[in-house]
Amino acid sequence: MLTVLAPGPLTTVQDRGRPGLGGIGVGRSGAADRASAALANRLVGNDVAAAVLECTLGGLVVRAEADLLAVTTGARCPGSPVHCAPGLLRAGTVLDLGSPPSGLRTYLAVRGGVDVVPVLGSRSTDVLSGLGPAPLRAGDLLPVGRSSGPPPGVDVAPVADPPSGPLTVRLLPGPRADWLTEEALRLLGSAPWTVTADSNRVGLRLAGPVLERRLSGELPSEGLVRGALQVPPSGAPVLFLADPPVTGGYPVAGYVADDDVDRCAQLRPGQELRLRR
Amino acid sequence: MRVLPSGSSALLVELDDLDAVLGFTAALLDRAVPGVADVVPAARTVLVVADGDLADVRAALERLPWRPGRRGSGERVELPVHYDGADLAAVAGLLGTDADGVVAAHTSREWTVAFCGFAPGFGYCTPDAEPWDVPRLASPRTRVPAGAVGLAGGFTGVYPRESPGGWQLLGRTDVAVFDLSRDPAALLRPGVRVRFVPC
Repeated sequence: MLTVLAPGPLTTVQDRGRPGLGGIGVGRSGAADRASAALANRLVGNDVAAAVLECTLGGLVVRAEADLLAVTTGARCPGSPVHCAPGLLRAGTVLDLGSPPSGLRTYLAVRGGVDVVPVLGSRSTDVLSGLGPAPLRAGDLLPVGRSSGPPPGVDVAPVADPPSGPLTVRLLPGPRADWLTEEALRLLGSAPWTVTADSNRVGLRLAGPVLERRLSGELPSEGLVRGALQVPPSGAPVLFLADPPVTGGYPVAGYVADDDVDRCAQLRPGQELRLRR
Repeated sequence: MRVLPSGSSALLVELDDLDAVLGFTAALLDRAVPGVADVVPAARTVLVVADGDLADVRAALERLPWRPGRRGSGERVELPVHYDGADLAAVAGLLGTDADGVVAAHTSREWTVAFCGFAPGFGYCTPDAEPWDVPRLASPRTRVPAGAVGLAGGFTGVYPRESPGGWQLLGRTDVAVFDLSRDPAALLRPGVRVRFVPC
């Protein structure tokens, strides 16, 4: 059991999400930085499907109510003695995550996984649809599952911290690139974009040059997944992260390569993003 | 049919019309194409999410035999409806009939769920007869109750939970169309045939 003493700005339970339910209007959700969440599970010897805590900009304070093997990954928070190096939290130990100097999301995994009740096969909180457990509140008691499988064999994972400076990621073709002017398409793949403050698990709102559309009119809503770069009439693109709508009515002009979406999920407001074909 | 790129793990299949979407989706759901992790139909497109090699999935989609048309999954759902919706009279006016005429037309048609959207379990149902083109409300309601049965743009649908909404409301059903404690949670899945019965 883990007791939540403080959740910070936003901490949710996340696993690999609910794949395969888009047809009934349920998005995948899951950890925004999947690679960091998977690493956390691996370091404590969990199944890849185990649930972890996703903490946004530090601030999470939890108390171990039993001896727990724990690790944090992703954004490195001061106050975590177990960052990328799993260690035992003795019963009664308080883990108090400070604000990370770089990166946005920190994953806390405990051996056995966070064992809240799954909804549609997943313990993930989807902030857009409201499915899954509510975001953590002070006083919440989180059950920890039984550990199974072999004990972890890795002491330290040499992983670089998320950068605090500009990030460059791969831009792939999207289905409605032809809705933008040639100049707008060129700008999408060359201009520096700034992550704005109204970004969240749904997506990053990007500030930069206005992307002019070649076609106006309305596009019937169509399916999209994370990584989609949607261009609304304002001309300011949105990069969808973990909890996008299942379908959207604005043209998707490009996609960020799936692996790179994890890195985008570590961007903080004000940070610069560049998209390269 | 045009297969458009959608990043590292999906393809967007663009089709001519809703009949093509229905036929293509039915064929795809029947076949269980290897490497396909999710199928998300919409009004003119089907998003195919892959968990295998994208080029293999594209080739399989291009080889898939299908024809346009309403071919249901074989599942049928009957939804009892109290026809006391706030927009019944307005819809009757738009269609040049009276409230009874709207109810008769709504209940005599068989509907097929074409796709889901807007909220988990919100199925867009298309009729087997000529669709009515009823506009959305000029200004959406801030609160539509769960179970409200509405009409908009040729479709009918049932609000799975309380939410804002712009569809013209004909009535309400007591059946939970989306229930997390039930498997499957969504009653109105693509391909399911629906009849509305007055109660």
